[in-house]
Amino acid sequence: MSSQMLEGASATSLDSPFVVAGRTLRSRLIVGTGKYRSNDEMVRAIDAAGAEIVTVAVRRVDLDRTKEEGILHHLDPERYFLLPNTAGCYTAEDAIRYARLGRAAGMSDWVKLEVIGDQRTLLPDVAATLEAANVLVAEGFQVLAYTNEDVITALRLEDAGCAAVMPLASPIGSGLGLVSPYFIREIKSRLSCPVIVDAGVGTASDAAVTMEQGVDGILMNTALAEAKDPVRMALAMRLAVQAGRLAFLAGRMPRREVAVPSSPVTGMLD
Amino acid sequence: MMTVTVNGESRDVPPGTTVSTLLTSLGLHPRLIVVEYNREILDRTSFDATEVREGDNLELVHFVGGG
Repeated sequence: MSSQMLEGASATSLDSPFVVAGRTLRSRLIVGTGKYRSNDEMVRAIDAAGAEIVTVAVRRVDLDRTKEEGILHHLDPERYFLLPNTAGCYTAEDAIRYARLGRAAGMSDWVKLEVIGDQRTLLPDVAATLEAANVLVAEGFQVLAYTNEDVITALRLEDAGCAAVMPLASPIGSGLGLVSPYFIREIKSRLSCPVIVDAGVGTASDAAVTMEQGVDGILMNTALAEAKDPVRMALAMRLAVQAGRLAFLAGRMPRREVAVPSSPVTGMLD
Repeated sequence: MMTVTVNGESRDVPPGTTVSTLLTSLGLHPRLIVVEYNREILDRTSFDATEVREGDNLELVHFVGGG
């Protein structure tokens, strides 16, 4: 499966650069590293996705099973930009603690901030997210904040100085696709910082539809990790993100509730 | 021996144990580990010089797969 056949002139020269916190990124697809059946499959899927940024979680070293290796044994930090998350945190205090630990690993000042409000939906606690964002921005972090599709919260996060705002397409790990295209478009139209849709994309058409709303990128994990063939799905997502982006930039034709012929109506035989 | 808490579990370590020697005894590579020492992040350059003491609480964390 060649990964070169997709790029080149078509996608890159017809698009504007994707810049987050001053860093120009070559891919609008950001991928997670969780839940893969094997590390080998994860590495091949991330390669097929063409991702530059990959997210990682901060967890205790398992002292009883020392052969359980950290992710750095499998992903080269020279090749991938590792973005630590605060997944699993339910308070601002915990999220700040995990963000600091992630930064101490020495890769960057970036953090994917998420403060979860509820175990069933994994929806964000937006008040706690804002509280943590304020603290982390003041500490010099580049905060990419996971949030819901609420426009006001997105505006507040941007005001707080977040480097990017990341509204969900649908709940984390649900694969339900883009539930609220209108609100995602509204967030994108109101914010100046990058808008990256995070969570809920299930398959390639979801990714394309999401990008067609005009957002700057997509972050996904489960859609790849839980696909029957993560490597093929990763390539599909890469194509879909590019396709959706190009379709957005191209501008779609108007929707009509009536058919309009594509061939001339004149010149017909008697 | 002294008792310290490492990742939530009590462990007995000999006097004079430093963070570096503790990591080594656990088979961990210091470069890949972040140490939170009594709730404060410990700079990697201090691992050699930091002797653990009775009752200390250490969290040893690293990056794992996540979304």
